[in-house]
Parts: sequence; structure tokens; C-alpha cells
Amino acid sequence: MESMASNMQNTVEQNAGASPSTPLLDIRGLTVEFPGRRGNLVAARDVSLALAKGEILGVVGESGAGKSTIANAVIGLLDPPGRMASGEVYLAGRRIDALRLPAMRAIRGRRIGMIFQDPLTSLDPLQTIEAQLLETITAHLGMTESAAQRRAVELLDAVGIPEPSARIKQYPHQFSGGMRQRAVIALSLCAQPEVLLADEPTTALDVSIQSQILDLMRQLVRERALGMLIITHDIGVISEIADRVAVMYCGAVVETGATAQVLARPAHAYTKSLIAAIPRPDRKTARFRLVQQHATVESTARRLDVKTHWLGQRRSFDGDGDGDGDGDSGVDSSNASNAALVELENLCMRFTTVPSVFKSRRRYLDAVDDVSFSIRRGEVFGLVGESGSGKSTIGRLICGIHAPHAGRIRFAGVPLDARGSRRALNRLRRQMQMVFQDPFSSLNGRMRVRDIVAEPIRFHRMAEGAQLRAIVLDLLDYVGLGGAAAPRFPHEFSGGQRQRISIARALATRPRFLVCDEPTSALDVSIQAQILNLLKDLQQELGLTMLFISHDLPVIRQMCDRVGVMKSGRLREVNDTETLFTAPRHEYTRHLLDLMPKLDILSGDGGDGDNPN
Amino acid sequence: MFFFIARRLLQAVGVMLAVGLIAFALFQFVGDPVNNMTGQDTSLAEREALKEELGLNDSVFVQFGRFIGNAARGNFGHSYRQRRPVDELIWERFSATIELSAVSALLALLIGIPMGVYTALKRHSWLSRAFMTLSLIGVSLPTFLIGIFLILIFGVTLNWLPTFGRGEVVDVGGWTTGLLTLSGIKSLILPAVTLAVFQMTFIVRLVRAEMLEVLRADYIKFAHARGLAARAVNFGHALKNTLVPVITVIGLQIGSIVAFAIITESVFQWPGMGLLFIHAIHEVDIPVMAAYLMLIGLLFVIINLVVDILYYAIDPRLRLS
Repeated sequence: MESMASNMQNTVEQNAGASPSTPLLDIRGLTVEFPGRRGNLVAARDVSLALAKGEILGVVGESGAGKSTIANAVIGLLDPPGRMASGEVYLAGRRIDALRLPAMRAIRGRRIGMIFQDPLTSLDPLQTIEAQLLETITAHLGMTESAAQRRAVELLDAVGIPEPSARIKQYPHQFSGGMRQRAVIALSLCAQPEVLLADEPTTALDVSIQSQILDLMRQLVRERALGMLIITHDIGVISEIADRVAVMYCGAVVETGATAQVLARPAHAYTKSLIAAIPRPDRKTARFRLVQQHATVESTARRLDVKTHWLGQRRSFDGDGDGDGDGDSGVDSSNASNAALVELENLCMRFTTVPSVFKSRRRYLDAVDDVSFSIRRGEVFGLVGESGSGKSTIGRLICGIHAPHAGRIRFAGVPLDARGSRRALNRLRRQMQMVFQDPFSSLNGRMRVRDIVAEPIRFHRMAEGAQLRAIVLDLLDYVGLGGAAAPRFPHEFSGGQRQRISIARALATRPRFLVCDEPTSALDVSIQAQILNLLKDLQQELGLTMLFISHDLPVIRQMCDRVGVMKSGRLREVNDTETLFTAPRHEYTRHLLDLMPKLDILSGDGGDGDNPN
Repeated sequence: MFFFIARRLLQAVGVMLAVGLIAFALFQFVGDPVNNMTGQDTSLAEREALKEELGLNDSVFVQFGRFIGNAARGNFGHSYRQRRPVDELIWERFSATIELSAVSALLALLIGIPMGVYTALKRHSWLSRAFMTLSLIGVSLPTFLIGIFLILIFGVTLNWLPTFGRGEVVDVGGWTTGLLTLSGIKSLILPAVTLAVFQMTFIVRLVRAEMLEVLRADYIKFAHARGLAARAVNFGHALKNTLVPVITVIGLQIGSIVAFAIITESVFQWPGMGLLFIHAIHEVDIPVMAAYLMLIGLLFVIINLVVDILYYAIDPRLRLS
């Protein structure tokens, strides 16, 4: 095994063009169609890829580019009604795409293993890890029960699960996300396949877990001389793990080559703009670069003269601006530029994880533990941390979705708590709005877009009738959707467009404080650039104060003025963005920055001046 | 586990007290028992004596306490009409209803679940389409109509099966059963099918919908990608996951089979508790109504408890370590 692995290493280092005699996996002219009522949708068009032993081939592209379709076609698991219209797939020189089901089943898992994106849903929740491993091992290798058992424990050990003989008896829900993905990898390696197809294997994981899993996969490929096809939308992952990369756009491969070469000197226009659109982790730029093919979308945005428009009126929030004189006008008059708008003092939030009648038996999770910081007027404050660090909970606490367990929140000097009158609280709530992470579940699918946007205006009785209709249309124009979107339903829009609807809804109450909770983490890099640019523009034009929550350090660097780093409910460090990135004080911040994909090999022309669209 | 069951039992006691209160309220608001039990020629003194004997002169709380205390021991007093202990009356009828409901439930489950699985796995076959059309008819037709149709076809026209009564019954240690005689079994067929049709079609649709959902899950695709046989994936992984949510609904459905039995029993003149209850309503026989209400309440509470324990046994995510 060892010597084989080192042999393979050599072949790998010879790299791209010099293909060995017969590639391990050879895809030739693959075209996949999804017949539908409105004609055929071609998901993959004439795709040719070759994978050698011991090689990691990355397939990168945005959603809908046809990446997953290729893996599904290779293993014969296209979702109906998808079908291979033309092309051939060869495994070690033998054609496999025309095989009948029993023969194909003997290849699945046995010769080609597959790893899926979401480790939380890839395992059967009702069976132990052991049962699932044993089932797969005995199905392929025909081992005795005890031999299979020994092999299962060895596999878990090989993928780095501690105490494998104890943990094998556990159920998937007793494993953390990273551990589950290790178990998934163990499952796909059960029958010693030669090829691994990994479909977004680290997308659902935190950065630190991601780098561990990528290390593990690289090590397994080397040790076992596997060939691995890794499908991802993340150039960072590609640059870390892939030997060669194929770039896909609209179902076709537009460019193939050695990773270093493609990322540093992309030849195709799409690859160039895709790479340029990645938020730079190393320095701040004025705007996010757009991916070329999508650039036309931006132009539909109509600029409003915010000074004269309804949206821009009464933006001072000082004095008796709102005319309903709740008496808090005096508090808010000191409008010094760096005065705090939102102040958190010793904020704590505790969730009960195991309820019990007896106090001693209850278990708690301190999601937010003694956090204090303040957000200045007009600044974008970033909160960064891994999942479960409590960053989203803080956003929700400020907006009043959760009530804090202890501590206090002050907004424009006024304490926010349930004791205040409902009316006064509503008045403050109107001034803060939220944009959520998932554009698919944060909009009511039964409401038309115009009603979604109008709802907060109606609720706060800020306008009605013809004026309201005009405001909604203007808002939709303002976020770049156009008034034609008004009578339609959310499902007719893409993820990026829905996020624009969310932003329009958030702006509808003329807020001065916006909480953006991972607003772009569900979006492609090209759409992400558009949305982040939009948020930047809005923030500047309307003088919004923003709390920007993200796990993505490069995005944080581009968006934020100051950043707070969260871990396990505690705030570890708060600093100016530039200082934090160049001279991190806290050990954990340094750790996070180390994990960030460096992308040093990227083409250096990501500057502001050239071609900013 | 122990605390889990203990808590559920405590909740069950609360539910039963609430049901008891409603049952007891019947005595207070529905008719005057003395009037119901006596004729026009009963003297005032005799009425007073009867009132005293029934305990109707005590305060409401004392009466409620006595009612609950007696109910807990299975004593619901005497039927106003038949002048016999209610528990005796119900016990006589109990076996008839339980046999009818159990056979119906078995029919519904044994036919409904496989049909649901089949229609989910072979979604586009003509047999699945036929099943789905039939199930639509079953869901939409009211139970009594199905019963009358069946009587018309198999009882009147074809004259194959008896259309009323329970046939010949055998007494096995105090439990009368119709399952041991030919005429008993023949009599059971029509009412059991009638009662099962709705539940069965309901279960078909439920299992199909849940199974289609599960078949789309990532772990099913992953199981296929590992090269497991279709049988292992469909029955080892998909079916078990399908049954988790289905069990709750099926549990409650079994409870409602007993409750729905009222209609079927009156259509087929089946001598069960449902028929007893219908007669009790006609005759404002409050002790029988109260006892029936409590019994059905108890049945639902027990089914719920069993469902919760089953859930616990099937789904490891509920077993907190």
C-alpha cells in the first residue's frame, strides 16, 4: 500500500496533460437531459473528464452548473426524469454507463464510493453506525459477521473517530457534524472502492472541521491510491485539495487544467470573473467584483433620490421626527458621530437542553455568555464565529425574537425590555429590521411580493392606499428587482432575488438599524457579490447602522468596520477590521485566520480599478 | 424512561379527571333521573326516597367525588332503564365491540400499510393508480353508506353473508367470542370490512405520502450509492423511517375505530357498546352514557401512552443519553 501510494504521488506530480494510458474514470461527451413540459433541460452538455489513480480532480461551478449531475450520472443515480442523452463512462477501461441495475449495484460502493453534502441527513437516523457499516460491508465483501465487525471498527479508526469500538454502537444523532461526515466517509470506503465521488463534502461544515475533513480525504486518497472527484462551489476548497480542476458553467466544462495554473492564470473569461468575484481575504476593496455573465442583473436597479423620497424622509430619528412624541426624543438628541446606537451589557442567554422538574437535573446551554459591546451609529459591525458560537442568538436578542436571560440591551439609549409599553417598544422595533440567512424559508410562500414588502408598512401604519403602492414599487426598484416583481409569488424567484425581496421588506419601515444574519451564505459567489454590493450601497446612502453576522472571514473583512469574534457564547475579541486581520490579539482569532483558505495562488489582478462593472 | 412513563401516567390521570368531570356533568344537565325512572303514579314521598337513595341531595362536590371514586372501581351505578349495574351491561357488550374493532384494525393495517408502500415504490404503475382511485372513493364515502351497499350486495342480492347480529357466540372464561363459530365469523365479515374501509384508505394515503418523503431523503440516496440491494434500502431504511410519524396517527385512528363503531354497529345491529350507547341516548340513560364516555376516554389515553412508548422504542433520538 505504502509503495503504491508513493508511486501514485509521482503520477500526480507529473500532472495535468500527461494522462496515463487508461484513466481510472473516463467520462466522454456526457450529456444529461431532464425532459420537461417546456422542452428538455440540458443539465450537462458534452462533458469530458478523466481521472487518474491517486489524483484529486476538482469540479467547480455555481449552483445549476451541472456539477452534481455528473456525479449522479456516473453512479447511475440521476433523479427522474433525468437521463443520459449521449456520452460514455469508462471505469478502468470498461464501459459502465450502459450496465443493467444488478451490475451497476455491484459497482456502487464496491468500486465507486460517494460522499454527499450534508452529513446530518446522509445517515439513517434510526440505525446505529455499526448496523449501517456492517450492512454495507456484508453486501459487498461477503465477510463473516465478526470479520465485518473488525473491519468496521478499523474503518472508523482510519477516518479518525476516537474510541471507535465504543462509538460504533452509537446512533448518528450522537455524533457531531464533523464526526458524521467522517462516518459517511467510512461508509463510502467500506468495500475499498477505487473511485470516490465527493459532492460538496465540506459545504455544511465549519471552517475548522472543513480543513480536518479535507486533510483526511487527501490522506486517504494518497494512502489508498484512490481517484477522487470533488465537486464544490468553493474555490478555497479546490485550491486546498485538488490536483487538477475543471470549471463548469451552464452545464459545460469551460476550462480544465492543473489547479495552480487555472487559479493563477485562468484562460476562460468566466473563470477569470469567477475567481475575481471571490471576496479577498488579504485586503479590503471598495466593492465586490461581479461575475461577468451575471453582471446585467445589477443594471435594473434604479437609483432613488433618497433625500426627497419617502424612504429617505425622517431619517434623523432625532427630536420629534416621528411626530407621535413618545417622549424619548430627549434621549436621542446627542448625535455625535461615534455615539453608540446599540449597546449590549453583560448579555446572557440560556437555553434549557434537558428539562426536568428538579433543578439539579436540568441541563443548560449558555448560547450567549456575558457579552458586552456597542455598535456605533452608521457603522457596520461584524460578528464572526463558528456555528453554535452564539452569534445569531445575539442578533435575535437585539431584535426581540428571544428575551435575554440576564443583562440589558440599549437601543439609542433606551433600554429594550418587556417592561416598556408595547407602543414604545413597537416604535423602536420599527427602527430595526432583520435579513435572514435562508431566502427560501424566510418569505411566506402564500403571499405576493408586494404584500410581503407592504406588510411591515401596514403593521406600523406608516402609509396606505396609493402612496403605499407607490412606495412598494419604488422599494422593489431600489433593490434591483423592478416593479414587475410585485404581483408575483416568492417561488418564482431565485435565491439571490429572494434575498433582495427580504432586503426590500427590511427597508420598508425606514429602519436605521439592520441585522443581517448570514445574508449570503446560501448564495453563489456571483450572487453574493451582488447582494453584498447592494447592502453596502444601501448602508451608505441611507446611513444605516448594521450588525453583520457571518462565518465567512473574507466577507467580514470586505463588509465591516469593526468585528467581534465569538466562541462558545463568549466574545473573545473586538477590534477594527484591519487591526483584527493584520494583528489579531486573541489566540482563537489567530486560529480562525489560519484556517482561512489562503488563495495565494489566485490571479493577482483582483484590484479595484480594473473592470469593476 | 421511568420518569418519562411516570410523567405520562400523571398526565393520563389529569385527562381522565377532566373526562370524568364532563361525564359527571351529564347527570347535572341532561334530564332528571328521578323523572326518568319513575312513572306518573309514583308518590312524592317515593320520589324523595329514590332521590335520597341515588345521592342526589348531596352537594355537587360530594357527588363528583363519589362518582370518581366509584368510577375508579368500575362502578357506574345502575342503568335508569334496565335497572341493572352499568358495568355489567357494558361488560356484556365489551367483547363484541373489541372483537369488531380489533379485526377491523388488523384488516386496515395489514392491507393498508403494504398498499401504501407499494403505491409509493411503484408510483407510476397502473396498479398504484387503481389503488389511489379506490382509496379516494374509500376516503370520501361515509361509513354507513358503505355498510348499506355491502348489505345490499352480499346480504340481500347474493345472500352470502348475514346482515345483522353477531351469530352464535361461545363463552370463554367470561369473554363471549364469535370468532370460534362459523356463523360468528360470517357475521363479523361485513361490519368489520365496513369499519375498516375508511381507516384502510386513510392509512394507504398516509403511508404513501410519508414514504415518498422519506425516499427523497439523502440517506436513501446514500444507501443506493453504497450499492445496497433495493430491498434492503426500501424495507430496511425507508420503511422504518416512514413508520415513525405514521405510528402516532395510526394509534389515534385505532381509537377512532372504536368510536366509529357506533355507526357500524347500528347499521348492522351489532350488539356492542356503540349500540348500547345509541339506545342510552334515546332513553336518556345517563349512567350508561357517562360510563361509555369514560371508557372511550380511557381507551384513548391508553393508546396514546402505548404510542409514546413505541415512539421511544423506535426512535433513538428520543432516548436522551
